[in-house]
Amino acid sequence: MSFAVATRDIRHALYALLALIGLVFAVQGLSAAAPAATAPEVASEAGADEAATATEDGAAGDEDAAQGSYEPLGPEWIKGQPTSFEEDPWKSTQFQDQYTEDGEYALWMNNYILTPVIVAISLFVLFLLILVMVRYRRREGREASRTTHNTLIEVVWTIVPVLILVVIAVPSITLLARQYKTAPEDAITIKATGYQWYWGYTYPDQGGFEVISYMLNEPGQPVINEGKREVGSEPWDGPAQLEVDNRMVVPVGVPLRIQTIGADVIHSFAVPSLWFKMDAVPGRINERVLTIKEPGIYYGQCSELCGAKHGYMPIAIEAVPMERWREWVRSKGGTFENEAEAAAAGDAVETGGTTESTAADEGESEAAAAAETTEA
Amino acid sequence: MATTADNFQAHGDAHDHHDADHKPSFFARWFMSTNHKDIGTLYLIFAIIAGLIGGSISGIMRAELAEPGIQYLSWWAQLMGGESNIDTALHMWNVFITAHGLIMVFFMVMPAMIGGFGNWFVPIMIGAPDMAFPRMNNISFWLTVAGFCSLLFSMFVPGGIGPGAGTGWTVYAPLSTTGSAGPAVDFAIFSLHLAGAGSILGATNFITTIFNMRAPGMSLHKMPLFVWSILVTAFLLLLALPVLAAAITMLLTDRNFGTTFFDPAGGGDPVLYQHLFWFFGHPEVYIMILPGFGMISQIVATFSRKPVFGYLGMAYAMVAIGVVGFIVWAHHMYTVGLDVNTKMYFTAATMVIAVPTGVKIFSWVATMWGGSLEFKSPMVWAIGFIFLFTVGGVTGVVLANGGVDDNLHDTYYVVAHFHYVLSMGAVFSMFAGFYYWFPKMSGRWHSELLAHIHFWVFFIGVNIVFFPMHFLGVQGMPRRYPDYAEAYAYWNEIATFGYGIVAISVLIFFANLVYAYTAGRRAEANYWGPGATTLEWTLSSPPPFHQFETLPVIEDHHDYHDHLPREGDAKPATA
Repeated sequence: MSFAVATRDIRHALYALLALIGLVFAVQGLSAAAPAATAPEVASEAGADEAATATEDGAAGDEDAAQGSYEPLGPEWIKGQPTSFEEDPWKSTQFQDQYTEDGEYALWMNNYILTPVIVAISLFVLFLLILVMVRYRRREGREASRTTHNTLIEVVWTIVPVLILVVIAVPSITLLARQYKTAPEDAITIKATGYQWYWGYTYPDQGGFEVISYMLNEPGQPVINEGKREVGSEPWDGPAQLEVDNRMVVPVGVPLRIQTIGADVIHSFAVPSLWFKMDAVPGRINERVLTIKEPGIYYGQCSELCGAKHGYMPIAIEAVPMERWREWVRSKGGTFENEAEAAAAGDAVETGGTTESTAADEGESEAAAAAETTEA
Repeated sequence: MATTADNFQAHGDAHDHHDADHKPSFFARWFMSTNHKDIGTLYLIFAIIAGLIGGSISGIMRAELAEPGIQYLSWWAQLMGGESNIDTALHMWNVFITAHGLIMVFFMVMPAMIGGFGNWFVPIMIGAPDMAFPRMNNISFWLTVAGFCSLLFSMFVPGGIGPGAGTGWTVYAPLSTTGSAGPAVDFAIFSLHLAGAGSILGATNFITTIFNMRAPGMSLHKMPLFVWSILVTAFLLLLALPVLAAAITMLLTDRNFGTTFFDPAGGGDPVLYQHLFWFFGHPEVYIMILPGFGMISQIVATFSRKPVFGYLGMAYAMVAIGVVGFIVWAHHMYTVGLDVNTKMYFTAATMVIAVPTGVKIFSWVATMWGGSLEFKSPMVWAIGFIFLFTVGGVTGVVLANGGVDDNLHDTYYVVAHFHYVLSMGAVFSMFAGFYYWFPKMSGRWHSELLAHIHFWVFFIGVNIVFFPMHFLGVQGMPRRYPDYAEAYAYWNEIATFGYGIVAISVLIFFANLVYAYTAGRRAEANYWGPGATTLEWTLSSPPPFHQFETLPVIEDHHDYHDHLPREGDAKPATA
């Protein structure tokens, strides 16, 4: 083909590629715009609601706290979980809604850069294939061309992908660079330990107590482990495979220093709706800062093959306002080093009493757990 | 009767038929073979059997995942000799995913592409009488078979909680060391040693053959692209497999002799194993696809009646993919706790691979551009390959981003990605190559109609199986799970439905084989016509037992990039 013809074809191909990217971008934008308008409203409403309940609980529930009975959030608080096709066909094909800044950025990058680009490239190649199949199918009396080289087009199809990759690389590197940020000095440390096959959440700054978190067994299915909710609304009120007996309760809106380590084999601490995944490797502590924007329940699952019950050690994070979290910590026998800050409303005697009684509670619950084991 | 080898063969031979067609007795021919074509046939038969077993295991997996809950695993646990408790049942799941992965990678794709098509056509395409080391060729094959037996055996011996090795094909420590008692994992590791040794021997054989046994005039830059692809693949094998061998040997000593390479309690590090494994594992994925690239290039050129567009670019794109493939391994490990700079480097390096891959895709389209396309079954499979490999490739670009991979790592998105490039990429290229060369290898025609039906049923089936997995992945469903949350039920059911369609297509494939061997008409030497220009088309179908007693001479004008075959010169001269 002559030079002029080649440049024309290249030009047309580039227009087609740009048009495709534009089209996909527009479709993506439209579809993303609709839910975006409503979602935050619901969320903020829920947030206010939550804050109210939390203060009420904080004021009226002191006695309960002293007895170690912390009421976990109910299912209406579930935010980070997969969407079924029946519920919303479109959402069941998309990333879960994101509740961290990194997650929102990554989701934006996916929706507005990656998806349009990859869909456009795929359609572009499909279009080219259909074009050549139609245009150059074998017909009597037409000789095949003998062109085997065209420097211009070869340079173009090397440079254009490089440019596309640069467009992808900029936000991608930016996204990674956010991980440089370490947790501030006063961030709350939570160490997630992966065991075969459950998670343990240790709070080293609050006295170092460890919450053992088993998957809740699903009625009618084989009993997988010891998971059974001790306190709560109903024995079964979370999504199957995702709900646990003791959730990892964290304060909302403040930086958390999440550390992971494996006790036996490698596990992976993953929560899709927080865009968070970090392996729990024996012999090393991984650390990353996590700030959850809204109160709620966020589910995740172990994401590194760790043996027979790999599929049965989900992660459930319960993000609650600071006051409520403190209450939960006390109910678990945790303490606060900085008492002036921690117990602004309470006094030293009460806190001391709390610690004692919860320590006893812990012993009781262990006994209870043991009893359940024998039952099972 | 010019060559020494022939005189040697003919020595003591009372029969008076042509020496090139003298075949040994059945046992000597098939069990002690030194003939590259027979060994290639053995490899292909072996790969088909292994593929059936590996594919059946994926059927077990899809059946289990058809709906939430544990359906059949307890039954399988008992069948394999385990106890009938839930732990053993769940362990069986891991055994199945491990076996499926290892079988498909080491005993289906690699033997079919390199052992099968490579053995068959590399010597012929470069105008050589056989491989450089025919006896080593034989032992390469039987080591692979022994490895396969060891792997199958591992499924029936104790592996900790139940029978079999439940470590995943990656065999990560410490799950594979302290996490798995019993001999099953040792047998699985031994299986990889055997298969790896066979592949290393095969790789040296190919490199020696290609460098030393090309016919006069067949310079490196005139070799067909399939030969180039096998050459690059052989180098990848030679450089990558010893690293795997070292890593799994360390696993063995950690397991049995008290070393602590991967045990932090003794100063080791589990992540070291992952670095070693993926230093092998990433080149391995190119080992599985590069021969496919080579076959697609041959096929697209043949049915476009045009030489490959940008021959040198195509050849060196494969070299570039091979080289860059060695420096991107840690993109499989974004979540293990690499530091941010490392992740940035691997993100950038991984995306670079998209460039030579793009060059290949566009060059195939450009080869067709202006051609005279004939849609015979190999071409249809090849076009299907180009599109589906593109789809699998672009999701690879998504996964290359370390920050995005924080969500997608170890989810079904990854499963969808690598099945698009392997179960569709590699497998489509293998079926393309199979229908392209089957009449050449067997001397009989398959049914083109059945081959087309096979294509469409398979194409629809695999897309229904694997496309919904993208949705499951972005929704957060982790890999290697025997059970899942209710929300994932719909797309899993669709995927299982697709598996049924794929199974039907496999039946069509076997029906086609039966047809070919019972009713298939005889194939002539060059049955694809003037577009087919490589040396195998100058030989009869099937080729004589020993070809090229007199070496063909490749003339100057038979060249892939500067000149074109002139009119009436489509076949290269064979002197």
